[in-house]
Amino acid sequence: MLREGEIRIPSGCAISGIFSKSGKRISGEAIIKSIATMHDRSNGLGGGFAAYGIYPEYKDYYAFHIFYDGNISKRECEEFLERHFDIINLSKIPTRKTQGITDVPLIWRYFVTPLSTKLSDSQLDEKEFVARCVMKINTKIDGAYVFSSGKNMGVFKAVGYPEDVGEFYRLSEYEGYCWTAHGRYPTNTPGWWGGAHPFALLDYSVVHNGEISSYDANRRTIEMYGYKCTLQTDTEAITYIIDYLNRRIGLNLEEISSVVAAPFWQVIDRMPKEEKEKHTYLRNAFPSLLITGPFSILVGFDGGMMALNDRLKLRSMVVGEKDDMVYIASEECAIRVIEQNLDKVWSPQGGEAVIVTLNGGAK
Amino acid sequence: MKRVYVNEEWCLGCHLCEYYCAFANSNEKDMAKALKNVIIHPRIQLEEGDNINFAVSCRHCDDPLCVKGCITGALSINDGVITADTNKCIGCYTCILCCPYGAISPGEHGVIQKCELCTTNIKGSPHCVVGCPNSAIVFEER
Amino acid sequence: MGINFLYPEYEVIRNMDKCINCRVCERQCANEVHTYDEERKIMCSDDALCVNCHRCVSLCPTRALKIVKSDHTFKENANWSNRAITEIYKQSESGGVLLSSMGNPKDYPVYFDKILINASQVTNPSIDPLREPMETKVFLGSKPKKIERDKDGNLINNLSAGIELAMPIMFSAMSYGSISYNAHESLARAAKEVGILYNTGEGGLHKDFYQYGSNTIVQVASGRFGVHKDYLEAGAAIEIKMGQGAKPGIGGHLPGAKIVGDISKTRMVPKGSDAISPAPHHDIYSIEDLRQLVYSLKEATDYKKPVIVKIAAVHNVAAIASGIARSGADIIAIDGFRGGTGAAPTRIRDNVGIPIELALASVDQRLRDEGIRDNVSIVIGGSIRNSGDIIKAVALGADAVYIGTAALIALGCHLCRSCHTGKCNWGIATQRPELVKRLNPNVGYKRLVNLVRAWNHEIKEMMGGMGINSIESLKGNRLMLRGVGLNEKELQILGIKHAGE
Repeated sequence: MLREGEIRIPSGCAISGIFSKSGKRISGEAIIKSIATMHDRSNGLGGGFAAYGIYPEYKDYYAFHIFYDGNISKRECEEFLERHFDIINLSKIPTRKTQGITDVPLIWRYFVTPLSTKLSDSQLDEKEFVARCVMKINTKIDGAYVFSSGKNMGVFKAVGYPEDVGEFYRLSEYEGYCWTAHGRYPTNTPGWWGGAHPFALLDYSVVHNGEISSYDANRRTIEMYGYKCTLQTDTEAITYIIDYLNRRIGLNLEEISSVVAAPFWQVIDRMPKEEKEKHTYLRNAFPSLLITGPFSILVGFDGGMMALNDRLKLRSMVVGEKDDMVYIASEECAIRVIEQNLDKVWSPQGGEAVIVTLNGGAK
Repeated sequence: MKRVYVNEEWCLGCHLCEYYCAFANSNEKDMAKALKNVIIHPRIQLEEGDNINFAVSCRHCDDPLCVKGCITGALSINDGVITADTNKCIGCYTCILCCPYGAISPGEHGVIQKCELCTTNIKGSPHCVVGCPNSAIVFEER
Repeated sequence: MGINFLYPEYEVIRNMDKCINCRVCERQCANEVHTYDEERKIMCSDDALCVNCHRCVSLCPTRALKIVKSDHTFKENANWSNRAITEIYKQSESGGVLLSSMGNPKDYPVYFDKILINASQVTNPSIDPLREPMETKVFLGSKPKKIERDKDGNLINNLSAGIELAMPIMFSAMSYGSISYNAHESLARAAKEVGILYNTGEGGLHKDFYQYGSNTIVQVASGRFGVHKDYLEAGAAIEIKMGQGAKPGIGGHLPGAKIVGDISKTRMVPKGSDAISPAPHHDIYSIEDLRQLVYSLKEATDYKKPVIVKIAAVHNVAAIASGIARSGADIIAIDGFRGGTGAAPTRIRDNVGIPIELALASVDQRLRDEGIRDNVSIVIGGSIRNSGDIIKAVALGADAVYIGTAALIALGCHLCRSCHTGKCNWGIATQRPELVKRLNPNVGYKRLVNLVRAWNHEIKEMMGGMGINSIESLKGNRLMLRGVGLNEKELQILGIKHAGE
């Protein structure tokens, strides 16, 4: 791992996403091509992908992707998993030797389901139980890190340029209806495998470009609700916020975007009465989950994808549509490189959530 | 027109208006030089008693008795401001007797003096207003 | 009479070349420092009577006056300071408790001055408040733990009663009696104009000021002065005063001499009788009793008013706050040991309580550790001196601040710390009609409005510099702070890193 100080002058991050509304499963080649176009927006210190719909044969099981520093942490973690889960399948995640991807940790994949006795003892709902177990492994087991924990989805990430990371994980061999990708330019933390994006918890995955100014306000709030921000990255905090508001509180994605990228009061004041009351309520009820400072994020979830810019749109983000396909990227070139004849190209406004779901609806 | 008004509720009876008036009409630039060892004859004067204080100066009446009474035409209304022409004043003091507010007083060289809203001295606008520490004296349109 | 051991602390210096004998100093000094010597035709002064309030200095039209600290001294002694010796003279003369006013003036660390604020460079942009919206609106009150929807799936407003502020500032409790009618009018009108709240203090609410009810916090203190149903319903919020930073653990005493006219009526205390606030509320000897009072007040006002519980910052403030956060209170107000007062025993003012910065940091963290930070908003006071202090307080975890001393200074207070004499030359801490009228509320309220607006501008500028465009993203955002010259323990309590880290 490169030490901080050996990093070149910062420029920014890149994000890209592809979504098929009809649920058509496509291979990882297109997303690699798209993110590679924005090579200069990353610095080789982190790249990654999230893919949805890739494990249809195991779709009822949580797919844990885990980094291990060595066999000791692997053994400890697997003992933990065995105590809490029924492990249906386990294997090394297939990789390919790739130039530019070095210091490779042990990378394992487990398809699991919570042990019913443990689950009922915990008095938690299933997702909360799984989330807490993930949190426990990541904070308590030294050298083990669960970087993907959703169903029928998976995160693949590493230190390196994103196109190399895609090659390394042999993503052309996977097929999914939704892909997101990230090229990282770390400024807040040293580049390491766990710190690369996407950041994921359960079915949520987030890729993010930006450096949020509200970080510590958000972190200290979300930690109060039982989350542990071990990575100290913005993306981690954003993921937890979305998980909290959606899964725990029950807000829908539009409402969540009104919390994290709230309209300005001067805009709210001009809204019709009902809208005004709704937005005033959301800002009043969840003030500390407002995110300020520049960000563009792509949130992947079961059956859908959401793109959101900060309220001032301090980061670029473009949406392109062609038939049932939706493309979202930091730069238009990253869309054009995979689809030249777009039906529609547009730039969402700051705070305007773009939500796409599978035809027939997402969860 | 804008006139000087005094709000009794806020007048503290500090007499500063009198000194600022005397200073303004001295046409000096330094207050200490103007007023040191001088007995002042200000054109605004404080009426006080029974815990009530009230500074009084010319009201610049719309239909002024002083101007009507002036036997030489020394008093006249210029843009609403009642001014005295000291070259014409012969010091008969008829105006002093006529004024129901007691706002006109004998001045130097045997002629009268009165508030002319500082339009004729170097200050240019009422200096008692500037000097009032409690904004009891105001210069405004009513 | 015996020997007077006390030498005047201040000297009135008069430049005789400039003095024009206008006698405004003489007329304006309630302490009767200045006199006119008819014979010699000069102004004289008695330094021993001077409290250094600057009324004469400010009004002298030729700037002939200044007040200087006397260089008269005792033999130098690092242990027995001039002050220590003088206080013994005073007490051996009077046999009484030393009284003081305003906040603790002693040389304890001011943590706000050892904390620095961040700004954006390169990796994220700063925001220009002149070009982009910059939001300082704050809602105080408890936050819902879950959402509710109607049958159509729309969100139901399940928030309990709270307070909306245009900026995170409120005027802290100062009673009618401890300060004048005109001071109260100035505060009330300023609060209304800028969209914030002022606080009645424990002296009730004058009937003239019911019109400012939506900008008023009505206080319920241990003496229950002026508390009745209409009073509780008049305000936007109700504050239970458990303690005060300047004098934690003790009550108050407004002498009968000040219980005159409208004050007697407003406090519902007979004219001329002393108004004594007991040290504790005699119906609150524990936290469960507090809960009962909180709910009594809520019942009395039909759950339409948020309840604030105000405490002094004392050693175990975090545990106390944790109890309050579970008492049903919507807001906790914490008053630091530098908070002002109209009168307090000097020893208590100078020795009891803890700095507000540390109290705030530990309370905020404790409530988060216990997962109950959303139950309450935190308002802090006790010497907020400028907008920088506010930014730091909010970043440490406060929802809003109370300003008292700063507001009085805006009204003309010169911090002579002689409120307890009742002869405030600035018309603030006095009930003498000829002194009260010196504070013209038409002027006073504008000065308060100016101050608060100026601070709000500065808050916006600093927020913009940090790349934050809404105050809620600053709340508890301790990464925006760094300490300078603080030791590990202090940094740990404040929850901030040292500069350079």
